[in-house]
Amino acid sequence: MVSFGIALRFLRSNKVQTILIVLGIAVGVSVQVFVGSLVTSLQGSLVDAAVGSSSQVTISPDENNTVIEDWEPMVPSLEGISQINAISVSADSPSFLRDGSRTLSVLVRGLQFEKADNIYNLEEATYEGSWPTIPGEVLIGKELSETLAVGVGDDIQVTTPAGQNLTMVVSGLFDLNVRVINENWILTTLSYAQGIFGFGEAITSIETQVDDVFQADVVAQEVRELFADRPVEVTDWKAENAQLLSGLESQSFSSIIIQTFVLASVVIAIASILAIKVLQRSRQIGILKAMGITDRDASLIFIYEGTMLGALGATLGALLGLTLIWAFTTFTAQPDGTSVLSITAEPTFVILSAGIAILAAAVASAIPARKSSKLSPIEVIRNG
Amino acid sequence: MAENVIEVRKVDKFYGTGSIRTQVLFDVSLGFERGSFNSIIGASGSGKTTLLNILGTLDLPSKGEVLIDGERTDGLTKNQLAKLRNETIGFVFQFHYLLPEYTALENVLLPVTIRKGRPDQGDVKRAEELMELVGIFNVKDNLATNMSGGQQQRTAVARALINEPKIVLADEPTGNLDSESTATIYQRFRYINATLGTTFIIVTHDRRIAEQTDRIVGVKDGRIDMDVKK
Repeated sequence: MVSFGIALRFLRSNKVQTILIVLGIAVGVSVQVFVGSLVTSLQGSLVDAAVGSSSQVTISPDENNTVIEDWEPMVPSLEGISQINAISVSADSPSFLRDGSRTLSVLVRGLQFEKADNIYNLEEATYEGSWPTIPGEVLIGKELSETLAVGVGDDIQVTTPAGQNLTMVVSGLFDLNVRVINENWILTTLSYAQGIFGFGEAITSIETQVDDVFQADVVAQEVRELFADRPVEVTDWKAENAQLLSGLESQSFSSIIIQTFVLASVVIAIASILAIKVLQRSRQIGILKAMGITDRDASLIFIYEGTMLGALGATLGALLGLTLIWAFTTFTAQPDGTSVLSITAEPTFVILSAGIAILAAAVASAIPARKSSKLSPIEVIRNG
Repeated sequence: MAENVIEVRKVDKFYGTGSIRTQVLFDVSLGFERGSFNSIIGASGSGKTTLLNILGTLDLPSKGEVLIDGERTDGLTKNQLAKLRNETIGFVFQFHYLLPEYTALENVLLPVTIRKGRPDQGDVKRAEELMELVGIFNVKDNLATNMSGGQQQRTAVARALINEPKIVLADEPTGNLDSESTATIYQRFRYINATLGTTFIIVTHDRRIAEQTDRIVGVKDGRIDMDVKK
């Protein structure tokens, strides 16, 4: 209590010094908050772009099979795995699309649209027309429609691998923002696809999404064990995107390095400034000791000073960091209003950064506090 | 013979080590009676200030004992010593030594703040009375840096008295004051000595000041060479 009052007074009586230290800490914390959030958001948006709208754990027939038979009981089993949040089955087959003298190779996918929407956000991606409802209706991609110069209501000619020529009607157009998909996929209803490709009741894959994309391999292993007695193969996005993952990892690592150095500079700054403060205040400490302040209270003064400086700096730094994030998101906005990269600040990360800075300030003040504790009043009185 | 409120027995004091080791005090034994008004006189470098600091437990003797209120202090921990200083001894240093961050009133109340955390209204009232007594009530809210040397010194006197200590140790308390302020301060000391029974030990090099006290102890080259009672 005594120490706290003295610490507060010391801080208030030297406002310029206090403000400078607080600003120093604030800059450190704001860089921490900004860089940390930037890297996290960057990774989030990268991962989201890469796998956010695609299957993260996929079940397909093993090499001795072309289809998955008796798949209906598998769906409830998958639903039992808590990390899986979307399940969609499909009956796919490569086919040929005839356009005058040209032949394009496409992938005809039979889907349950309501289910597939959970993975591909089809509802949002369908920018013209509507989903197929009756046999023969198809949804085609933006680029494909441009290549063929067809629109909603127009016919297209498809040849199945078995050589069957079919005329299908375009019921809608989609844009999944991936050129290859927009050029290749022809989406239709599950039952129609099963019919034209002769699958019967069978399907060719079960696609899923998981809560934490980085846990996809763990979930895949669980699925593998679940269907160990079935002739299926389970793959996850991580196994197929090793390069992306190693990129993300080195990004995380560089972010940790930056944050460590920022933290170290905050600690060094506080420790050195407080060490100077002890020297500056040694006269006062000597007087206080002569008047009976205990060594413990004398050292607490500097712990409190350090902690208060840390708390002020961290709070200001967190606000500054959030402002930087807001400014970045606002001023990098594209003409259409969307941002190049929208940075989101995780509250837990901001609080953690501020907390670590406060803790670091308290720890950094331990050295000067020790000095203050050891100071003998006689040194001050003898030396004037 | 009245009991001694503060006493040193066979005290030696050395400073430094090895070849630069010098002895400042030689086998000094000295006691002061409760309620007495004393001075220690000596030339610069005679060891009088060292003796005062050892009496006040700010400095430790190299050999010998210090007794305060009949209790030996060599067995006390640093915290016990700090408490003893806070409650039993009031210091007035040569160069007033106020905390520049605090006002005069807050400086006076500092020993109370250290003792119990926060002064109550009674403490503030007592502090204001003491400041009235030493004639600085009108500058009580000034920061220490906004006061004259005399005002600062008188603030230090009021601070030394706030915890109603049994002993006041003063090292050249009027060393850098004009004669008028000097006279005022000694009048206050005398008054407090008479009304509260506080023991005063004043270190000075000024014989005229010493002659106003009831007992003069002379220190020369680390030894007591004179001890006169009126």
